[in-house]
Amino acid sequence: MSMLEIEGLNVWFGRDRDRVDAVKQASFNVGAGESFGLVGESGSGKSTILRAITGLAPTWSGRIAVGGMAIGRSRPKQFYKKVQMVFQDPYASLHPRHSVDAVLGETLHLHGFNDIDARVVKLLDDVGLGQKFRFRYPHQLSGGQRQRVAIARALAPEPELLLLDEPTSALDVSVQAEILNLLADLRQEHGLTYLMVSHDLSVVGHMCDRLAVMKDGEIVEIMDVAALRAMQATHPYSQHLLQASV
Amino acid sequence: MMDTLLDVENLWVRFPTRQGVFDAVRGVSFTLGRERLGIVGESGSGKSMTGRAILRLIRSPGIVEADHIKLDGVDLLQKSEKEMREVRGERISMVMQDPKFSLNPVMTIGDQIIEAYRLHNKASKSEAWGKALEMLEAVSIRNPERVMRAYPHEMSGGMGQRIMIAMMLIPNPEILIADEPTSALDVSVQRQVLDIMDKLVKERGMGLIFISHDLNLVADFCDRVLIMYAGRIVEVCDADKLHDAQHPYTRGLLNSLPRLDAPRARLDVLSRDPEWSEAPSVSGRI
Repeated sequence: MSMLEIEGLNVWFGRDRDRVDAVKQASFNVGAGESFGLVGESGSGKSTILRAITGLAPTWSGRIAVGGMAIGRSRPKQFYKKVQMVFQDPYASLHPRHSVDAVLGETLHLHGFNDIDARVVKLLDDVGLGQKFRFRYPHQLSGGQRQRVAIARALAPEPELLLLDEPTSALDVSVQAEILNLLADLRQEHGLTYLMVSHDLSVVGHMCDRLAVMKDGEIVEIMDVAALRAMQATHPYSQHLLQASV
Repeated sequence: MMDTLLDVENLWVRFPTRQGVFDAVRGVSFTLGRERLGIVGESGSGKSMTGRAILRLIRSPGIVEADHIKLDGVDLLQKSEKEMREVRGERISMVMQDPKFSLNPVMTIGDQIIEAYRLHNKASKSEAWGKALEMLEAVSIRNPERVMRAYPHEMSGGMGQRIMIAMMLIPNPEILIADEPTSALDVSVQRQVLDIMDKLVKERGMGLIFISHDLNLVADFCDRVLIMYAGRIVEVCDADKLHDAQHPYTRGLLNSLPRLDAPRARLDVLSRDPEWSEAPSVSGRI
């Protein structure tokens, strides 16, 4: 079964001479429980696809379906229970004056949970932070710890599909290893589906089963990671990308 | 023998806090010739602070202390603030980490580059416009005409960083301090940006201090590498021998990288030894 189907997706910004077609006719499927990567250079539209799925880029056309249900202009509440996103920059994605407890508590409240206290404890344990971080503010956390909070927040409504927008690109390599291990563990424990955007082919190679290579808003190739490791890219751009990252 | 452009001896950067004085950089010494010197380490290791301290960009209450920081034999610490302003940009230029905070959000990209260009050169607006376009092309930005009219928030991180590099190319400095200049860029563009910097170092005989957390990149691009941990240099080695580095910290960083050619179910996580931060700083002087 497909968790996410995308067909002929177009996303654009601006109008007239300043119009930018960020995504052009993108189509791919992500199966339930699969981890799918989107790679490409900056400006190739990979993050824009994630933003179109969540509704952060309202100017799109084509078909997006999550769990078999097509998405229209407005998204029902159940959609956000199913799909959550982790952003690139853990420094910008947490409210500076809300404690970890407030961030997670608010999310849980909005999704209509009653046992908020117990769930906050569980979420913090899940992401390996523990109790002592519960009443801290973002400035009292390191980058890796903040990203863990952002991941905990995304896990709060018990989603099935997690959209990861460069989750480790702002982190040190040693911290990146911790977060990637955490994401791999969480996926196994909760049976999550990942759609992961990264410009780092070795990160995608580590985390994903299949990947799509994007260039100038178009998907030029979809391949599995085994082919990536064997350096068997068919499109010249993917070959170029592979060569640059080894 | 290479001539020495910059000579840093026993540099300390301190920040007084309510919990006592925090030492961000603790007694670092190194020299820079006409070469590409890499400084690697995690965030918080003091590598950016080292770069900023050289340009005296650390503001009070931060304290910079050193036996000397000599640029062509002249101690920068003895200069007045006014004299320092002639050093910054003209002689030592710095590319900051995050283009989002380095570009003016309410000016178009074009106006900012033109402003920087006309500050250093006598030129008419239209000349400067042409020059700005040329520079954007030099850092391989597609469609420079549109970018000139755009505001920084309309740029992706990678484009913002290339714009920053275009701006710093203008005054033709002797030393370039690049603080994570390519960490926001993707591999294919990274290479281009590095090639641009490489060309500058070779053609103009510039010295480059390349601050990065990306070990592979530094190993590939630099001549010499200082590895910093907790404000000290723990190891100095030739960049091409970085993969044979001895220090457990360097080894730990190398092992925590995912690799395409060697898949693993789990990545190694660095375990820190408190002794690393106690050991005295290794000198990076030649």
